[in-house]
Amino acid sequence: MSLIHEIDYGTPRSKAETMVTLTIDGETMTVPEGTSIMRAAKEMGTAIPKLCATDMVEAFGSCRLCLVEIEGRAGTPASCTTPVLPGMVVKTQTDRLKRLRKGVMELYISDHPLDCLTCAANGDCELQDMAGAVGLRDVRYGHEGHNHPNPGLDESNPYFTYDPSKCIVCSRCVRACEEVQGTFALTIAGRGFDSVVSPGMEESFLGSECVSCGACVQACPTATLTEKSVIEIGQPEHSVITTCAYCGVGCTFKAEMRGNEVVRMVPWKDGKANRGHSCVKGRFAWGYASHKERILNPMIRESITDPWREVSWEEAIAHTASEFKRIQAKYGRLSIGGITSSRCTNEETFLVQKLIRGGFGNNNVDTCARVCHSPTGYGLSQTYGTSAGTQDFDSVEQSDVILLIGANPTDAHPVFGSRMKKRLREGAKLIVLDPRRIDLVRMPHVEASHHLPLRPGTNVAVLTALAHVVVTEGLADEHFVRERCDWDEFQDWAAFVADPRHSPEAISELCGVPAEDIRAAARLYAGGENGAIYYGLGVTEHSQGSTTVMAIANLAMATGNIGRPGVGVNPLRGQNNVQGACDMGSFPHEFSGYRHVSGDETRQLFESLWGVPLDSEPGLRIPNMLDAAVDGVFKGLYVQGEDILQSDPDTRHVAAGLAAMECVVVQDLFLNETANYAHVFLPGSTFLEKDGTFTNAERRIQRVRKVMPSKSGKADWEITLDLAHAMGFDMNYAHPSEIMDEIARLTPSFAGVSYAKLEAEGSVQWPCNEKAPLGTPVMHIDGFVRGRGRFMVTEYVATDERTGPRFPLLLTTGRILSQYNVGAQTRRTENVVWHGEDRLEIHPHDAEQRGVHDGQWVKLASRSGETSLRALITERVAPGVVYTTFHHPGTQANVVTTDFSDWATNCPEYKVTAVQVMPSNGPTAWQEGYDEQSRNSRRIAPLVEAAE
Amino acid sequence: MSERSSDKLVHMANQIGKFFASQGAETAPAAIAEHLRKFWDPRMRVGILAHLEAGGAGLDPLVRDAIEKLREMMAVR
Repeated sequence: MSLIHEIDYGTPRSKAETMVTLTIDGETMTVPEGTSIMRAAKEMGTAIPKLCATDMVEAFGSCRLCLVEIEGRAGTPASCTTPVLPGMVVKTQTDRLKRLRKGVMELYISDHPLDCLTCAANGDCELQDMAGAVGLRDVRYGHEGHNHPNPGLDESNPYFTYDPSKCIVCSRCVRACEEVQGTFALTIAGRGFDSVVSPGMEESFLGSECVSCGACVQACPTATLTEKSVIEIGQPEHSVITTCAYCGVGCTFKAEMRGNEVVRMVPWKDGKANRGHSCVKGRFAWGYASHKERILNPMIRESITDPWREVSWEEAIAHTASEFKRIQAKYGRLSIGGITSSRCTNEETFLVQKLIRGGFGNNNVDTCARVCHSPTGYGLSQTYGTSAGTQDFDSVEQSDVILLIGANPTDAHPVFGSRMKKRLREGAKLIVLDPRRIDLVRMPHVEASHHLPLRPGTNVAVLTALAHVVVTEGLADEHFVRERCDWDEFQDWAAFVADPRHSPEAISELCGVPAEDIRAAARLYAGGENGAIYYGLGVTEHSQGSTTVMAIANLAMATGNIGRPGVGVNPLRGQNNVQGACDMGSFPHEFSGYRHVSGDETRQLFESLWGVPLDSEPGLRIPNMLDAAVDGVFKGLYVQGEDILQSDPDTRHVAAGLAAMECVVVQDLFLNETANYAHVFLPGSTFLEKDGTFTNAERRIQRVRKVMPSKSGKADWEITLDLAHAMGFDMNYAHPSEIMDEIARLTPSFAGVSYAKLEAEGSVQWPCNEKAPLGTPVMHIDGFVRGRGRFMVTEYVATDERTGPRFPLLLTTGRILSQYNVGAQTRRTENVVWHGEDRLEIHPHDAEQRGVHDGQWVKLASRSGETSLRALITERVAPGVVYTTFHHPGTQANVVTTDFSDWATNCPEYKVTAVQVMPSNGPTAWQEGYDEQSRNSRRIAPLVEAAE
Repeated sequence: MSERSSDKLVHMANQIGKFFASQGAETAPAAIAEHLRKFWDPRMRVGILAHLEAGGAGLDPLVRDAIEKLREMMAVR
């Protein structure tokens, strides 16, 4: 292993198709039109000295180091800002150029501290490299430069420092913040020698609008912006390419290592999902892997009121198998089940569902997609024939109109959010359907053309009204529909949406959006060349979540926005491998590849390979498991990498279900909230400690590579394997690649996937098979997977969760940039400086009516329960709507949410809960009781050595 | 099956019924029944059948028809 040095071509790649031939240093070179001379030279193998140029941002031309001579032209133009032309003859190294470059470097070095030996960038400093490259041997102006007295180190950001004395004012950080991240948090303040990088209005980094994506640090050629981990540990000595374990974007990173210690995570330029960018979580928030609260030994206990007892792996596995067998003997085959993890790899997820189907002998397997995107799977399979989004992330670069529904990409999918913002800055139009005024509604250089702040729970009504405008104003793409969809079904649907009761004017009062705004939004979406729909959990987590997905699919078909780059229906998946968990057969009714368990041919295929008979009936979904537990018939649960007590709705009901079970097994990194009700704890491994694959929101299968040994001694797939053996179910794999080989044998959409192919291609998007050996970036190009696209009638049905005098406000929940899901990982990092507690966003009008002040404790009560948290008064939410996150167990926001759910999939209705808010003095009695229970539940008796 | 679970099944079945209602009284019951067959585990299906047997309080008419069809489908299997 060695440190992977990515080639920096100095300027971005040109996407032009016309080629240009020129001569550089006597060599003939052909490159795309628009390529800079600097890049053309680098592609040829010649590195022109540079400082202000890097290929992650556009050329700037300020450092004057990259000068070249061009035959027939006067002067010495900068090679970074000069594009190639046909027949151009360029010289990159002449006596004149050498003199000029040396002179430039003398000026830089005269104003730079020469503390190279103790500098954190020693060995990774471009200024140092360039001094060597130009042969700098002397500085005629002395070394007592203006900047040497340190004007002040900014260490406010928890992850990186800013040392202005080392700044060469190349503006790479400023441009990265603008062009790559799109936050515009940085500028150059002052003039001449006083020029300095300034976050915000000369604020500290932490106090500015900086989002800590790390792009500036990555762009910095010196030690001006440096990771604190590099300052503390030193330069890395080897690196491994792997995939981030946070959100569904699936960013590729170089884990830069020194021995088994991670020095830093650097986004990899060739990563096809992130294209070299990152966010604060993936880039910096990996410290949880070595957090002191990691549990590294297996533990068991007789009762959930006992302290935990550390035991050997052998004892923990034998005890678990014995308990599961005992329960099945006593209560029947269907009395146990399990939950696969969207944070674990495809291979691990596949093994858990295999263990349950083959080893437990039933289909009681589910996954956390149940509570997020299960309606996506159902809705898109009904309309298009496949349970996934239609595009790759690159597609957004060709979108002209973006319709964003119930998603907040700049917080929840930040790297894709940055790519979306870039396209919007280039001129694409944006329509936002969201009860909250998310950042994308209006932020620097981005403003939505239309924001429809609809009342929570009215998605279907608004989407049908948009369709009404499309159909009644003749905006439908009849040619596309006739060619690609079922024409009769389209006509039925068109007649339905055209009914005057679906007009914007008719539904305006219901949804709270002016009719003219709905009409304008529909015209903009349907009238654009390429209209793309992106959506999130604000679509799916409703009692009509599946209906909403179908309404979205209808709208895209009716306007012909399917089957080419720039368009499509794109669910933004929440967790890193939620797409993969669904693909791998984690749902109780289907095998991998979305094939129903009742299909004899499919089932026999699995039976013959696994050597056991399989159940042809669907199993229990997570909420059904909990109901069955409360009813006394479901008694044992194996939970891999999910915290249902904190993440699932109606916490009290979840707790009652878990408490009613006789053996709950939690396999996780930490003693999470679910573990309060567990009898066995099996310590899991982080993504840094194992091999496997994740599949991101664009169906991209990417390698996860082990960068350090497992701290607990076993990767998660090995634990499942041991448990299977103990249960008497034969599974044998020496490496996760063998599991992938089995997945490929059993799953048509994965038939062409192997670790060898992933090594060769970097990643592939399913379907990857004989028809598409290199995968499928855009789906439904020549026809829908199901044949003809199917229009579905989407009648609006109001949720049964109603506001009234007792509960007059509507609560909606979501996540924030710095935290992730239940916070188990991010709460154990420095990210808590941005979000140390859940807050309740409330409109000033609603706050004033209740006498609530900013920062004050308030009680949040619903029909399900109540909790307390501090208020944040903001106009981001509309009057009548309140919002909070669910990252902190102290808040337990899901005590308040109800068990209403999507009609088709049981996905909970997190986004609509009728609540009341009132001032309070602090945590509720329930919160205090829960806190005490949690502390008692986490008592651990130390491991007793066998020799003692 | 507890009263809470039984009430929940009725609520869920009626929700499913409301979606398929747009397909009309002729085809909706079969579509609802097929949805129950594909997505509800056997215990839940037995529970809703037992509820219908006990009078079917709270079930919408289309859903009643669908559960009758479900009974026939399960008998065939």
